[in-house]
Parts: sequence; structure tokens; C-alpha cells
Amino acid sequence: MPTLPREVAGPVPGAGAPHPPRQPDLVQLLTPEGRRVEHPGYAIDVSPDELRGLYRDLVLVRRWDTEATALQRQGELGLWASLLGQEAAQVGAGHALAAGDMAFPTYREHGVAWVRGVDPLHVMSLFRGVDNGGWDPVATGFHLYTIVIPAQTLHATGYAMGVQRDGAESAVLAFFGDGASSQGEVNEAMIWAASFAAPVVFFCQNNQYAISAPTERQSRVPLYQRAAGFGFPGVRVDGNDVLAVLAVTRAALAAAREGQGPTLVEAFTYRMGAHTTSDDPTRYRLADELEEWALRDPIVRLRLHLAEEGLADEAFLAGVDAEADDLAARIRSGTISMEPPPAVSMFDAVYAEQTAPLAAQRAEFEAYRSTFEGAGQE
Amino acid sequence: MSTETLTMGKALNLGLRRAMEDDAKVVLMGEDIGRLGGVFRITDGLQKDFGEARVVDTPLSEAGIIGTAVGLAMRGYRPVCEIQFDGFVFPAFNQLVTQVAKMHARTRGRLSMPVVVRIPFGGGIGAVEHHSESPEAYFAHTPGLKVVAVSNPVDAYWGIQQAIAAPDPVIFLEPKRRYWEKAEVDLDATPEPLFGSRVVRRGDDVTVLAYGPMVKTALQAAEAAAEEGRSLEVVDLRTLSPLDLDPVVASVRRTGRCVVVHEAQVTLGMGAEIAARVTEACFHSLEAPVLRVGGWDVPYPPARMEEEYLPDLDRVLDAVDRAMAF
Repeated sequence: MPTLPREVAGPVPGAGAPHPPRQPDLVQLLTPEGRRVEHPGYAIDVSPDELRGLYRDLVLVRRWDTEATALQRQGELGLWASLLGQEAAQVGAGHALAAGDMAFPTYREHGVAWVRGVDPLHVMSLFRGVDNGGWDPVATGFHLYTIVIPAQTLHATGYAMGVQRDGAESAVLAFFGDGASSQGEVNEAMIWAASFAAPVVFFCQNNQYAISAPTERQSRVPLYQRAAGFGFPGVRVDGNDVLAVLAVTRAALAAAREGQGPTLVEAFTYRMGAHTTSDDPTRYRLADELEEWALRDPIVRLRLHLAEEGLADEAFLAGVDAEADDLAARIRSGTISMEPPPAVSMFDAVYAEQTAPLAAQRAEFEAYRSTFEGAGQE
Repeated sequence: MSTETLTMGKALNLGLRRAMEDDAKVVLMGEDIGRLGGVFRITDGLQKDFGEARVVDTPLSEAGIIGTAVGLAMRGYRPVCEIQFDGFVFPAFNQLVTQVAKMHARTRGRLSMPVVVRIPFGGGIGAVEHHSESPEAYFAHTPGLKVVAVSNPVDAYWGIQQAIAAPDPVIFLEPKRRYWEKAEVDLDATPEPLFGSRVVRRGDDVTVLAYGPMVKTALQAAEAAAEEGRSLEVVDLRTLSPLDLDPVVASVRRTGRCVVVHEAQVTLGMGAEIAARVTEACFHSLEAPVLRVGGWDVPYPPARMEEEYLPDLDRVLDAVDRAMAF
């Protein structure tokens, strides 16, 4: 019988296992220096107007994000989940969607929300604590943010099964992160989608951290390679390259619409900010890493490209910046003046058909409130 | 008038069939419900007649069944999910509690979740562990869900159709040990409302409340009590969320005594809520505290001990005696 060591001196079990290769195959169409490169699998033809439009969206969503973080610091939001660094992944994915497509976001997809035409104030209201998201999921083709990781991947798959039954030519885009890849529901969603060849694309933003846990804690293989085990294609795209994200996601959605079933897109990116405004990333990651990723900034590379190609002059760039400031001002004033609905409204949409006990409780609440001095004058 | 003698299982099968005929958006989902017809054969023959797109043999994945039902409902479908056994609903608990239940409220009414979750529940069939659970209180505790428990073939036939037609998510509890019990079902009758309780036996001395599998037990107890000269009023609660206590309150104000019976563990079970509400509404009429008869506060025991765990006629009568003696 072997004797057990008296002390366990080793580090975390499994820490000695080989780590995944740092940079496996990566689809890239725009280098960090802004140089356009070709990829055999993903040709893309974008007009100068489209390129300028992408640039504009990247700048605007970053400005929105910066303003939101400031508003949280000033006590106007309860929390903010920053998308800083992930603008290209989100704007690229958002632009890949067609009008009839449906997206199922996490709580960080402000860039996709923007591209889908969601009013930023309808997102701010969630983080201010006024509602759970003020936009119409059906009208925008963009579901409410799902906070419980990653329940929405199954919703996306079910929605795609509905699309199939309708015989519609639409596709569904399911967002999740590297941390969520460890959840059973992501794996179940992939099994279902594969089994029924549902028209859904799984879009994983691998931003390298699930709060403090690095991706290596979630997976010992590059995430996109997991798709093979489910029986559908997986592709890793440079998540800081808006053109590559657009091309890869567009192709995956097209395949889904054509009945070829799901694809896993891993957008390899980096969360430049904290997990949320409640987080302190200096406790778990090094400044070196941040500097390294700063060199791959999604906005800088597109600006360099536009300049190199002579597609954007100073007036255009200044115009976008001015527009961003206007947006920030609108978000600021709209957020600060945002009031919650009357508290009694919390009773009203619990059910489509109100129940007698809840109606009675609502009346009890109102009666109680009315006992306070001056309640009738509000 | 078309009246048939049906088991509860067959009544459910016919009810599902009729709901599928009435609305092409009704989609059945579950493990082994298609080719096999379900482990209890409740969906027998439906895949053959309605096709694989409407009677879906799913992967073995309960969270998947409920999670995809959410997406299908968003797309305008009316998913009817079968959870094979009560003890297997917990992998789907997250989807039910955090997603299905809240969707209407969090979208301020923009999205509805007309999802039905059928769960064969309760014990008494000599099953292995996790096949005899009574999880109703978890769901009744969750705002946004509605919970019903049928006790007989008539309510099963109409109830499943009403649950499917309802705009809110309904946890539909089927007492598996009563699947084979028969009754006359009038297939053309005007059904009673789904979310209402009903006095099923008139009496004067004690009001006995039950639902699902325990309704039969309560009625048997009433029969036995009558032989000893005691008159029990039995109420089939039928709906657990919302609770419909108006008939109960009217009854208890008359009898002055109340006993609640369920298979689920007593502590924080449905009986606890009902006792509190009945006490509030009937305080000055009560001659005795509201008593609860339920499963003991232990994990559901191995099958050869379940008779000692489950409330039966004698335990109901014992509670009646205590209520009368108080």
C-alpha cells in the first residue's frame, strides 16, 4: 500500500498540465498596424462608406462605454459592465446580422445593442436600476441582456428551432464568454443545435478572463476547437479586427440560414477594463499584459487603415469625435434625469393574466402606502 | 354527448391531442416522448400523427428542454415539455426559476412564456430514488410560474388543454400513481376554470384539503370517517399557484376545523402557507389549529419504506381525531 505524503506541497492540481498554444490559427484581415491582409477562407468586400461606418460605430460605443463608467463612478449607475477592448468583436458581429436575424446577448454586448438600433438609454436604465432593459426584444431583434450565465445560449437554440419550423430564412446569434464555456448549458445548447442542425451561430468573446479566472482555467484546448467535438465547424477570429469578425460571422450566419447548422466563432480579444465597475483587475493580472493588448487596439488599427488608404480625412475623424461627444452628453443627461416607474407597477407584469392573490397584494401595498402623510399628494 | 371511460393517462393523451389539433403552434418536447410515447405512454401515438417537428424526441438534457422552450415561445410557439420524472426537474430548475418565471415581468409584458411543463410527481409506485418527489413548493414559491396539480381524469383532460392555452407558464403536476385510475369523461362538457379549487365532498365536521394524489386518499378517509359518524368536507385544491382559497375559507368558517394533506415534506410545504392563510381568514371560526399531514422531513425513503412515509387514510383520520379533540 503506497504511503501518502504528509504534506501536499504542489500547487493547484492540474497546474502542471501543458497549456494551450498561445496563438493558434487566427483569422485576421487587418493587422494591428492597419494593413489589409487576405485570408483564403474569408474574402470580404467593404465599401469606403461601410469602413467609415464601422469606424464611427467603434468610436461611438467606446465613448458611450467611457461615459457609462464615469456615470457609475459618480453614483448615477449601480453598476457598469465595460466593453472596453471588445468593440470590434461586438460591432463586427452586430453588422453581420441581417434585419430578420435575432441576437441573444450577455450583459456586456453594448456594441451589438448599438448596431441593432437599441437606444443606449434603454441599456442605461438597466444599470441605473430603473428596469431590466427598456428595449423591445422583438422589434430590435436583440433579446434583453441575460445575466445568468449562459441561459441565453439555450434560448437562442430554441429560437433557431422555431425559425426552422417557420421555414424562415433567418439565423440566430448567441453570445457568451470564455467563462460561460464551462457551463453545462453552453454544452447542452451546442448538442441541441448540432442534433437539430439549428440555424444558430455561437459567438464566444474570449476576453481572456472570467472576472479573475484566466481562460486556461476554463479550457485546456483553444475554445474554437471544442466545436469539433460537437460536430460543427469552429473558427478563431481576431476579435480586435472588425473586418475579420464581420467576415467570419457573416459567413457563419449565411451557412446557418442555408441549413448547414451551427458554427462556433471564437473572437479572440481582451477585456481592457474591469469585469464590472465593482471589480479590481490589478489583483489578478499584470500591466505588461495590458500593454501588449493595447498595441492591438481595434479602433487604432482601423483608423490607421483608413488613413493609409486615404479614406478618412481630419474632418471626418473630428466629425466622429464630435458626434461621440454629443452622444455622451445625451446619455449623461438622459441617464441622470431617468426616474423609476411607480413602485406599484412591480405587481403588474408578473403574469399575462393577473392572479387574484397578487391583485390583493397589490391593493394591500397601495393601502399601506396611502397611510403615509402626504401620500395622496404625490 | 360523447362520454368515455378513460384512465388519467389516456385522458392526458387525448387532451394533448386535442390541444395540438386546435393550435398548430403547440410543440411537445421531452425525452422518449416520440417513438416510445413516453415512459408512461402519455404521448403515445402523437408523433406518428403530428410528426417529429411537433413531437420532439429531445437529447437527454432537461435544462435544454426548458431553455429551448423559452426560445420557441419567443418565436411564437407553445412548448409543452415533459420532464420524465419529478426528481429530474432540477437540472432545469435554473431555466425555470431565473428565465421562464421572470420573462414576462422583466420585459414588462413584451414577451409571454406560454410554456407548460408536465411533471409526473409523487410516490407510491415502488420506484427507485428520485422518482417519487413532490417538488411543488419550489415552484409555487416562484413568482411568475403557475402551478396546478390534477387529481382525476376529468381535470387531466381539460386541465392540460387549459394550461396549454394559458398565456403564462404552467407547471402541470400529474400524480403518477393515479395514471391508471379511471373515470367517465364528458369530452364535450364545459370545463371548470383551471385555476380554481373545488369542494368534492360535502361535510360538516372537518375540512380536509388535498391535491393531486392525496385527493383520493382524503376521499377514502372521508368515507371511513362517515362510518364512524364523522362528516368530512373534502376540497380538491387543484391550483397551487395561484391558490384559490375562497371555497376553503367558506368551508372552514362553517366546520371550524381544517387539515391539509400532501405527500411533500411538511416543513415549508404548501400546507404551511395554507395554514397561515386559513388562520388569517378564519381566526374567529377555528376550533383547533390548522393541522398538516405530509411526508416526514427526510429524503424520500427507499420504496419498501414509502408506505410509512406517505400520508394514508389512517394518518388523515389521526389528524382529524386530533382536530376534533382539541
